[in-house]
Amino acid sequence: MNWNSFIQSFIFILVIVILAKPLGIYMARIYIGKKAGLNVWFAPVERWTYKLSGIDPKREMPWKQYAISAMIFNIIGLVAVYAIQRFQSHLPLNPMSMPPVAPDLSFNTAVSFATNTNWQSYGGESTLSYFTQMIALTVQNFVSAATGMAVLVAVIRGFIQKQTETIGNFWVDLVRSTLYILLPLAIILSVVLVSQGVVQTFVPSVKATLVQSTKDAAGKEVLEQIIALGPAASQIAIKQLGTNGGGFFNVNSAHPLENPTPLSNFLEVISIILISAALCYTYGYMVKDRRQGWAILAAMLIIFIPCLLICMHFEQAGNPILNKLGVDQHSSILQPGGNMEGKEARFGITNSAIWAATTTAASNGSVNSMHDSYMPLGGLIPMWLMQLGEIIFGGVGSGLYGMVAFIIIAVFIAGLMIGRTPEYLGKKIEAYEMKMASLMILIPPILVLAGTAISVIIPAGTSSILNPGTHGFSEILYAFSSASNNNGSAFAGLTTNTLFYNVAQGLAMFFARYWLLIPALAIAGSLSKKKIVPVSQGTLPTHTPLFIIFLVMVILIVGALTFFPALALGPIVEHLMMYHI
Amino acid sequence: MIKLHKSKSLFEPSIIGPAIIDSLKKLDPRHQFKNPVMFVVLVVSILTTGLWIQAMLGHGEAPASFILAITLWLWFTLVFANFSEAMAEGRGKAQAASLKKARRDTPAKKLSKPQYGSIHETVPATTLRKGDVVLVETGDFVPMDGEIIEGVASVDESAITGESAPVIREAGGDRSAVTGGTRVLSDWIVIRISSNPGETFLDRMIAMIEGAKRQKTPNEIALSILLAVFTIIFLLAAVTLLPFSIYSVISAGHGIPITVTVLAALLVCLIPTTIGGLLPAIGIAGMDRMIQANVIATSGRAVEAAGDVDVLLLDKTGTITLGNRQAVAFIPAEGVTVKILADAAQISSLSDETPEGRSIVVLAKEKYGIRERHIHELDAKFIPFTAQTRMSGVDLGNCCQIRKGAADAIEDYVKKLGGSFPEDLKANITSIAKSGGTPLVVAENEHVLGVIQLKDIVKGGIKERFAELRRMGIKTVMITGDNPLTAAAIAAEAGMDDFLAKATPETKLKLIREMQEGGRLVAMTGDGTNDAPALAQADVAVAMNTGTQAAKEAGNLIDLDSNPTKLIEIVEIGKQLLITRGSLTTFSIANDVSKYFAIIPAAFVGTYPALKALNIMHLATPESAVLSAVIFNAIIIILLIPLALRGVPYRPTKASRLLRDNLLIYGVGGIIAPFIGIKLIDMMLVTLHLVK
Repeated sequence: MNWNSFIQSFIFILVIVILAKPLGIYMARIYIGKKAGLNVWFAPVERWTYKLSGIDPKREMPWKQYAISAMIFNIIGLVAVYAIQRFQSHLPLNPMSMPPVAPDLSFNTAVSFATNTNWQSYGGESTLSYFTQMIALTVQNFVSAATGMAVLVAVIRGFIQKQTETIGNFWVDLVRSTLYILLPLAIILSVVLVSQGVVQTFVPSVKATLVQSTKDAAGKEVLEQIIALGPAASQIAIKQLGTNGGGFFNVNSAHPLENPTPLSNFLEVISIILISAALCYTYGYMVKDRRQGWAILAAMLIIFIPCLLICMHFEQAGNPILNKLGVDQHSSILQPGGNMEGKEARFGITNSAIWAATTTAASNGSVNSMHDSYMPLGGLIPMWLMQLGEIIFGGVGSGLYGMVAFIIIAVFIAGLMIGRTPEYLGKKIEAYEMKMASLMILIPPILVLAGTAISVIIPAGTSSILNPGTHGFSEILYAFSSASNNNGSAFAGLTTNTLFYNVAQGLAMFFARYWLLIPALAIAGSLSKKKIVPVSQGTLPTHTPLFIIFLVMVILIVGALTFFPALALGPIVEHLMMYHI
Repeated sequence: MIKLHKSKSLFEPSIIGPAIIDSLKKLDPRHQFKNPVMFVVLVVSILTTGLWIQAMLGHGEAPASFILAITLWLWFTLVFANFSEAMAEGRGKAQAASLKKARRDTPAKKLSKPQYGSIHETVPATTLRKGDVVLVETGDFVPMDGEIIEGVASVDESAITGESAPVIREAGGDRSAVTGGTRVLSDWIVIRISSNPGETFLDRMIAMIEGAKRQKTPNEIALSILLAVFTIIFLLAAVTLLPFSIYSVISAGHGIPITVTVLAALLVCLIPTTIGGLLPAIGIAGMDRMIQANVIATSGRAVEAAGDVDVLLLDKTGTITLGNRQAVAFIPAEGVTVKILADAAQISSLSDETPEGRSIVVLAKEKYGIRERHIHELDAKFIPFTAQTRMSGVDLGNCCQIRKGAADAIEDYVKKLGGSFPEDLKANITSIAKSGGTPLVVAENEHVLGVIQLKDIVKGGIKERFAELRRMGIKTVMITGDNPLTAAAIAAEAGMDDFLAKATPETKLKLIREMQEGGRLVAMTGDGTNDAPALAQADVAVAMNTGTQAAKEAGNLIDLDSNPTKLIEIVEIGKQLLITRGSLTTFSIANDVSKYFAIIPAAFVGTYPALKALNIMHLATPESAVLSAVIFNAIIIILLIPLALRGVPYRPTKASRLLRDNLLIYGVGGIIAPFIGIKLIDMMLVTLHLVK
């Protein structure tokens, strides 16, 4: 790595940390209901929304009702996305006359977008109509993100309320997240992206005559190229901000019309992580101890930064086999050097690695390079960041409530070690919270390991592998790590648009999202009922470097112990074989 | 006489013998099922035993000797865990056995009418029921728990408390409860039986010690959930290795899939067997430490809650201060020398046998060298204290009358004789009251000589104990019947955080409720019947064994020594219990890192030779690597039994410091120790030619 890589990484982190505070405070004020500009100017819109939907915004919900509301809302969304895909040929805005999408693929896509995963078994420009992209997918991009944020706010209320049965109103949290946070940010970002050359149009694809003719796979001469267009900018803005990640085009943000310039790349990669990072601040603000928010952000960065640098290091170091063949892989003025396979020349190693680590740390899943082509350990990083449970930033809202589950586990063990029934933010952590937090950390690994285990031994699973051997194993492991943690990025190299993978991944995404959301709300409900224990000398402070390091150790050890054997048989052995044979 | 607090050495032969037998008996699946971690080990051990038999029959997946070695060590893991539990129980059983001797079936003298002198018949104690009235005379054993309704007697309670000095028990007041199994040494008492057979204090103690009623405490349940989660995760990580391995073998084109034996070994090494195996022992040992401290807990929950206490309510008298006030200074009125005052004060107190009176005599002698005279040589007549006069003193022949008493009483007295109360003294009196003392004014006829300052003497070292508690995060509150001025002064002197003055049962109860509303966990000690409501409300309630039956029933801990400062020890034991669990959990999980580095390369080096790079311990062969990890995993349980039984030492210090230290020892240590241990075992196996 060179200085350029460090400086770019540093600026990236710095911008996020700087932006986290104002955005975090803004979001907290939105949720608390304090004046924050937009919620004054657009208050009538919020009121009309409630009036039209017959919602009483003042009615607070107990956790079960909150969970049921969230589930019903999400399942209706899921069914709607499925139906729109199946009937897209009869619906407007289909200039390319796309046929209906196959049932299994429709199911997979519907679950994928409703769960904020945005795993894409389809190629956007070759499968979906503009109507499907805009009305089915983009809408889900907003509301699935807003659902995650709403649940997080409910969990935070669990900590700040005392002896209360309710945890807020789901509809209010959902509307406020969408109206005051996601929509304004997305509008700003899409306008800026359009300025950089991202397309936003209803015109059908255009044809361009090639300057130099080429030959296709069948050997036939190709003279023209089809350039796919569409209302891309509006979807890209929210896919980044809402940690959705589902690209408008098949190659996602590696596509020049989705991510044309270094500036668009910088803005898009910042957007991936921005809200998740800022929510840490929101958390601290709402629990009235901002140090708690900084502590969580610090824990996330302590894991994230080394991962980012390791990924970058192995990509920049290049392929040892090519080194043996005398290929020059050093970076210089003339070439980026390193492993450029599957990377865009306009982004190079540094911006590809930053994006890869960021998109998997946050459960975004959009890509600007092909992770399948990464070096074994370079590719291990994105895979492991997902396997940690999408809590290092993670999905908007969902990442932080996933982190709260880990904090509960860490607080519990630490509490025992100091000889006190554990408490966090004044709330006693007892058997019920432990049960729910345990479910939250247990379910994703079960789905990843079981899904991978089944896929590597049944023909329906192995027949999709394009690269045999350890790399093929990594491809399947990556696919299930992605789906079971609601990330949605793909390693590629695996044909997943098959009945088996569409259904298996669909189920993994469904359970990963909702089996975590429900226990999170259960924790909120249980905590809300408890008293707040005043702080004393005997209270374990949860904002100190000591606790932050302990939390990081708990996350890393649980993550490492769960996935070490699988990783050893995938990327680790691939790396060892590459270097030692 | 048995002494409960006689501490036994950890590994006493009389306990080890039966413990070994018990640890084999505990292999019963019904017993193991209660502990999910160890139940998994049992299932896996049975599985590998089957694999060994299969190998003996010639169809083995691995050499029979290797499978046997693994199998044996898996069984050892189970037995070692059982042994720790049996050891902890064994200590309790020995104590219970001695208590059972006290529960003899004594004949009881059942009275026909509840009064002394009525006709009695002799019946076996077991036929007595609640409400029956019995007579107990010199030499008799008290047949069952009861309340004295008539009489007074000295009672030998050593069977219960281990304290051989007899105690006085009498009808009425706070010392009316007697316990079954104790013996009346002199006089007689009439008792109303207060419990049915099987429900007596002694029965409860025995049940508690034997652990018959041991239920999992809330923290233990939460920890069990966490351990179950780790077990499921590692079960999955191990089980999925089989398909992963099959895929790898097919795609690599050589090697054989991982054997079930190695998977079994990996699984047992990964699941938290160290803490899972020692968990029951830690709980029992915690109760046992309470018993060593001469405290009987009526539930394990109380022991655990003790560690969480935020607020300690302590009675002033006897706990914070010595039982009695003492004279500390003589302050003369204007125109009177201190010597005259001291002399008069001493004379007035010569016949005053109250501790306050004695202290005045002693002070005058020690500070002013006034010889203690005998009242007869002075031709003096003692005037005792009465509630009406609120004064006491002496009449010396016809020369003079010396009186001492409360300021207002003396003022009335001198005014009646035509004297006046000096104004300068009034300021002194107020300042004495403000500083937590009691002013006692001395007058000779109509002249006021001065004032004696009586003071509550705060017990030595108590301030340091409270400072210690504050470092633990525990707030101390003094409960007293004194007025707020005095209370504030004493609380400040003793270094307490707060006080409740003019306390009544109602205000005590109200204070506890308010604190609990605020999310605090309250502990208190008490002995009187009027303490019972507050005791029942407190989260941790320590009743004095000398206290009334009502107090003992309201408390969830009973201190046999009746030492109010015992609460501090109880808190420490409670904390130690949690710390031991937490530290061993951390240790157990941290251990797993090294086991991966031992087993993963060993299991897959046949398929992927490159994986030998992960064999960072350079273990000799794949077999020795797997076996060493399993042996380490079993042996560490045995090695940690003393720690589990004694508990991780607790120092009162800040939470973050405690966490840092324990993390360094059990977290970092837990990562490093097994690397060394496994390597040593591997070297030993190779040296002894036990593996290829």
